[in-house]
Amino acid sequence: MKRDIILAGVGGQGIISIASIIGYAALDQGMFLKQSEVHGMSQRGGDVQSNLRISDNEIASDLIPFGQADLIISVEPLESLRYLPYLSTEGWVITNNQPFINIPDYPDVDLLLEEIHSLPNQITLDAESLAKEAGSTKGMNIVILGAASPFLGMAYEKLENAIRFIFKKKGEDIIQMNLKALKAGRDVAEQHMKQ
Amino acid sequence: MQKLLLLGDEAIAQGALDAGLSGIYAYPGTPSTEITEYVQHSKQAQAGGIHSTWSTNEKTAMEAALGMSYAGKRSMVCMKHVGLNVAADPFVNSAITGANGGMIVVSADDPSMHSSQNEQDSRFFGKFAMMPVLEPANQQEAYDMVFYGFEFSEKYKTPVLMRITTRLAHSRAGVVRRDPAKQNELRMPSDLRQFVLLPAIARKRYRKLLDIQSVFEQESDASAFNHYYEGADKSRGIIVSGIGYNYLLENYPDRNVPYPVLKIGQYPLPRKMMEKICAECKEILVVEDGYPMIEEVLKGYLAKGITVRGRLDGSIPRDGELNPNILALALGMKDTYGLPVPGIVVGRPPSLCAGCPHIDTYKALNEALQDLPKGRVFSDIGCYTLGALKPYEAINSCVDMGASITMAKGAADAGMTPVVAVIGDSTFTHSGMTGLLDAVNDNAPVTVLILDNATTAMTGGQDSPAFGKIEEICKGVGVNPDHIRILKPLKKYHEENVRIMLEELAYPGVSVIIPRRECIVAIDKRMRDKFKSKTPANS
Repeated sequence: MKRDIILAGVGGQGIISIASIIGYAALDQGMFLKQSEVHGMSQRGGDVQSNLRISDNEIASDLIPFGQADLIISVEPLESLRYLPYLSTEGWVITNNQPFINIPDYPDVDLLLEEIHSLPNQITLDAESLAKEAGSTKGMNIVILGAASPFLGMAYEKLENAIRFIFKKKGEDIIQMNLKALKAGRDVAEQHMKQ
Repeated sequence: MQKLLLLGDEAIAQGALDAGLSGIYAYPGTPSTEITEYVQHSKQAQAGGIHSTWSTNEKTAMEAALGMSYAGKRSMVCMKHVGLNVAADPFVNSAITGANGGMIVVSADDPSMHSSQNEQDSRFFGKFAMMPVLEPANQQEAYDMVFYGFEFSEKYKTPVLMRITTRLAHSRAGVVRRDPAKQNELRMPSDLRQFVLLPAIARKRYRKLLDIQSVFEQESDASAFNHYYEGADKSRGIIVSGIGYNYLLENYPDRNVPYPVLKIGQYPLPRKMMEKICAECKEILVVEDGYPMIEEVLKGYLAKGITVRGRLDGSIPRDGELNPNILALALGMKDTYGLPVPGIVVGRPPSLCAGCPHIDTYKALNEALQDLPKGRVFSDIGCYTLGALKPYEAINSCVDMGASITMAKGAADAGMTPVVAVIGDSTFTHSGMTGLLDAVNDNAPVTVLILDNATTAMTGGQDSPAFGKIEEICKGVGVNPDHIRILKPLKKYHEENVRIMLEELAYPGVSVIIPRRECIVAIDKRMRDKFKSKTPANS
């Protein structure tokens, strides 16, 4: 099993937390992992991405080659399209549909969503509302992770366990909130697959 | 042994801790910052009493690390590539003095300039100083090389340079740890004149350094970090250094490269291995994440020898970071580029955070200067450099740490008035205060804005060595206290702030204006930490 994942967002939106959870779940199953992150200047509100690679076999490159990503997981709609050259022809785009507008020339949101919906394999969801229902908008990234969970090639329980581990220090309430957020995203993906 | 998931930076830090480090010295700089931060947060380091507080700049850091080596202990000094320029004087001379306790200099290069003003290649500095260089290909090698580097350093009494690039620094992978070693005891250098570079002694030391180069070369030929992989297809040989090796392997899913491959991880270059691959193969492809250093050496000025391909003949782009696809194309494979980026996608450059104090400062400065021709604001390295972008477009230079004050002074010397320098608190103590003394000594008509946000913000909020000391430093340097003005950069004080700036712009001598308000990100973090410490722990 091998998954090459591009995590996309804007500096400060929590894509590294998504990477940590998938990463923990992968390592827990004895998989290899490489995860390239963006630190520094771009974290000040710029576009950021992380290349997350998990595999049963040793991984060579820290970067995913063009056209080979299995998944683009994005917490922001504009950012979900920035890395399309990396997506494989069978790959999926899972993205929040709520824009983060911090630039004057942000494109028209309807046109943006239209562009995303024209892709063969995609799921868009309002992760902010779903996170709010689960307890806090802070869980927005976890909702997105939940929506991506059927495509990760690992049992859902592994992600739940990873959340329990990663948020252990923050207490049981935070763990439960994040598990709810994960489930909310998962439900959207399952609904989508049924259609 | 324990396996940890570590960034390349963290692997170096953990390697140093396990190899018996006694002190790490650094000034923050992307992509090197996390090495020192890891040591600062390490319980192992606390238990071992390992020094890890930030230095004022890379030069002071390098000198302190050399002093710790003099005292017989193992030291590490870390910086970004341009930091090595700042530390160049002690760096080059430390190759001549040599080391006592093991000393490793880590320089993190930034090809593609993700967070830098150039993409200089630190391996040239190693060559220039005639210091051995280590260049890891992955996180495990980064960890292992620290052990090797300290041993090498003590064996030959030389500092060792370790060169990494951004991608390795900021990428995580599993690293297997070794048993931790004890720290060295205090131990004077056996020759108390070793570090005295008076010309008569320096000449002897320098000859010693020249003589040992052939030994370093033999070590490189014997090193496990330089490896010759045989290959049946000798139509091409590949010499690949550092992280480039991963991108090469990525193009061969079973990891069987058909060509002979020489993987380089230690310099000076291993002469015998280089001779072998050049003798065996029809042409050589050189793969380096940085400048074409090996390629230039092989090719020579007249390029009349073997056929060498790489960055110089366009087989690989001349600038920027490597990736697996660049390698694929250089190897004659097809590109795997997926869908194009849709036209609707626009760039999202970094910007000043909402609520950032620099925003209020730039709004006031722009208004104070609005009646003058544009182009008189010299600035510096930090978050505030983003003030060059829209909507502020408030600054006209960003060259190197501290250059704002000195460039403003030079422009004032040329007759340009008024001129403004904009510099951050931590950059000011890094390299700005000496320039301020120059300005004071010439009574140059410059207005210096020291933006005091109480942190080193751009690199993630490290303690600023300037904290609580700026006015006293300015007074000590000789700035007239009547022309040291403190502002609160907030919207409600805008009119007052503009007025103060206008007053100081009109003053024909050195004025210092200190807009002082804590970084908004730092406040957020402080509040979170405060809240966390009040919440009872659940685990």
